[in-house]
Amino acid sequence: MTTGIIRKVAAAGVVAALSVSLGACTKGGSSTTNQGTSANGTTELAMWTHNAGNEEELGAITAVVDDFNASQTKYKVNIQAFPQDSYNQSVVAAAASKKLPCILDTDGPNVPNWAWAGYLAPLEGLDETLGKFLPSTVGQYKDKNYSYGYYDVALAMFSRKSVLEKHDIRIPTVDQPWTQAEFDGALKKLKDSGEYAYPADLSTGFTGEWWPYAYSPMLQSFGGDLIDRTDFKSADGVLNGPEAVAWATWFRSLVANEWVAAKGGADSTKDFVNGKSAILYNGSWSAKDAREAFGDDLVVLPPPDLGHGPKIGGGSWQWAVSSSCSAPEGAMEYMKFAAQDKYVASVAEATRNIPATDAAADQVEAFKPGGENDIFRQFAKEFAVVRPETPGYPFIATEFTKTAQDIINGADPQQALDQAVLNIDANQQSNNYFE
Amino acid sequence: MSTATHTPKAKVPPAAAGAHNHPVVRAAVALGRVLLALIFGLPLVFMIVSSFKPDNQIFADLASINAFLPLGDLTLENYLGVFDRVPFARFMLNSIIVSVLTVGLGLLVNSMAAFALSRIQFRGQKIILTVILATLIVPFETMALPLLWWSNQLPWIDANGLSQGWLDTYQIQIVPFIANAFSIYLFYQYFDSIPRELDEAARVDGANWFRIYRSVVMPLAGPAVATVAILTFLPAWNSYLWPLMVVQSEELRPAMVGIDYFKQLNVSWGQIMAYATIITAPVLALFISFQRAFISSIASSGVKG
Repeated sequence: MTTGIIRKVAAAGVVAALSVSLGACTKGGSSTTNQGTSANGTTELAMWTHNAGNEEELGAITAVVDDFNASQTKYKVNIQAFPQDSYNQSVVAAAASKKLPCILDTDGPNVPNWAWAGYLAPLEGLDETLGKFLPSTVGQYKDKNYSYGYYDVALAMFSRKSVLEKHDIRIPTVDQPWTQAEFDGALKKLKDSGEYAYPADLSTGFTGEWWPYAYSPMLQSFGGDLIDRTDFKSADGVLNGPEAVAWATWFRSLVANEWVAAKGGADSTKDFVNGKSAILYNGSWSAKDAREAFGDDLVVLPPPDLGHGPKIGGGSWQWAVSSSCSAPEGAMEYMKFAAQDKYVASVAEATRNIPATDAAADQVEAFKPGGENDIFRQFAKEFAVVRPETPGYPFIATEFTKTAQDIINGADPQQALDQAVLNIDANQQSNNYFE
Repeated sequence: MSTATHTPKAKVPPAAAGAHNHPVVRAAVALGRVLLALIFGLPLVFMIVSSFKPDNQIFADLASINAFLPLGDLTLENYLGVFDRVPFARFMLNSIIVSVLTVGLGLLVNSMAAFALSRIQFRGQKIILTVILATLIVPFETMALPLLWWSNQLPWIDANGLSQGWLDTYQIQIVPFIANAFSIYLFYQYFDSIPRELDEAARVDGANWFRIYRSVVMPLAGPAVATVAILTFLPAWNSYLWPLMVVQSEELRPAMVGIDYFKQLNVSWGQIMAYATIITAPVLALFISFQRAFISSIASSGVKG
């Protein structure tokens, strides 16, 4: 048996070694190394995107790149797609080894941090063009534009007209959203009906960036914030002031009253579609599944006005140029080319997201005034609050997530928020306020 | 130290043996085994069954035993979706290349190191073994970034000549994981249990150290080879963080990274289950093939996986 095992392992090793020696040890064909000047004088630019596995968006981006490559002969952009879930780690690792591509996409709230860290270069000559983009689709740091996105997404409440009418709950509108009392009253009615273990699904089962993206707008609607935006130095007074404590107390009460689960399911849209919840709080990407399930019975609602108007998070994936690009003029040329309204429209249409410009929205049926998704664009225009544009945001986001989870699990609001402020302020200070 | 073949079976007192034969005890033991089998088996059953269900049904079934039963609208769509969405064959080939080479080279290097530490007397032998074992307490995550930095400085020669940096290659997925302290320790422990008289007899016959290693010790180390092969194969096959950091090209990505392709804003749960089922199959197959030797070595070395 022994010799058999050794022989099997050795044979397998030889087979694999041969496979590798037959050319497999060479560098990947379209990696960062695939940028530079080729024999025919064309400068090749590597471009990274988070869209591996997302056929629609990758297809739309590929079409933009193909158009650019066909429009001139000086530059050739090569796409390398990464899976979204692990994209940031790949970029940070590449930055650590000084192997960033020329063009890359980035999640909006990371832009200030990556700009401060020196990964990104400011976008030159695009100010006028980007003036027409939704503010939440342009990444800025220290008054300079570093990135732009083709689209934004919007947070919304989803429900069924039939359910709300059955329980005598008013259907809110953009002009007349639910007040806090109305929202609480609606949840109480639904809970008292006995039809739902948890009437609202706020997608508390999600992890990571979802927490600050989804729940800091509720804090802002109460009048609090993640950091004092006058100078981005301290969270004191805004994340632990009376408004923030009121938010935390209310947020905790949602769970205490069993209106919301402390930890929801892995896929809140699927649970909503299966009738497990009456109200879903999620992004505009849920609309397709919900509409397919409920048709005209589906209603898309603005988030409640918790005192300072409804708020939703702003900022999605955006395109940027790396500071280490060996052909920055080529990268900038691509960025200008790709910022045309027709490309904003085509990518937004492929992803069913909110087009970044008015002109593009006019080209996408669903987002034209009265279109089935126009309401999300209204939300983005009326209610979007960009996450704090400070390099300290990733730390703030992690701290907020931890604190919000503690609160929802029963922590004392004031104590939990005070601790979060201490930690955030210490981080800002230890980084010399990122100046 | 002892091996399965050298360890005398523990003598069980007659009274205790009698208690173990009592029907109630046997029933309790059997029940315990069934429960353990369910705890470890049900996630696999859920994964396989869900891979044939549409996403909505997976979630609708979660509240009942149906989650573990192949009921409802069963379909192969998830499997077809997997092949549409990721370059599956390429990812599998990459994982096979990386895992097999890591295991093959690991067996060679680690067994030789263990042989030297176990058989050849030299100054500082124990210190070297201690230092090797001490590296076991360093989690990979803490050295990932320094390793990345160093890997980026290393030279490489290929058809295009000399280049710098190993990023985005196969070798960076293999070489850092060939030498493994735990594997050295397992081999060392096992070699120590093989009577030295065998070496001495071979030396009398004129064998050198390599000959003793190849013809005397290794042929007796089958269970250790199987254990090390499995324990090396598993992390190599499941490798996720490292390839995420060092591989940029799709054509070099291993299968585990491929699972991220399904985690978009709208997660394709059925496809994730189908993909997980397919990439779990080789691990199960390997374990089943080596099961007897693996268990024998675990039992003899006292290692609890």
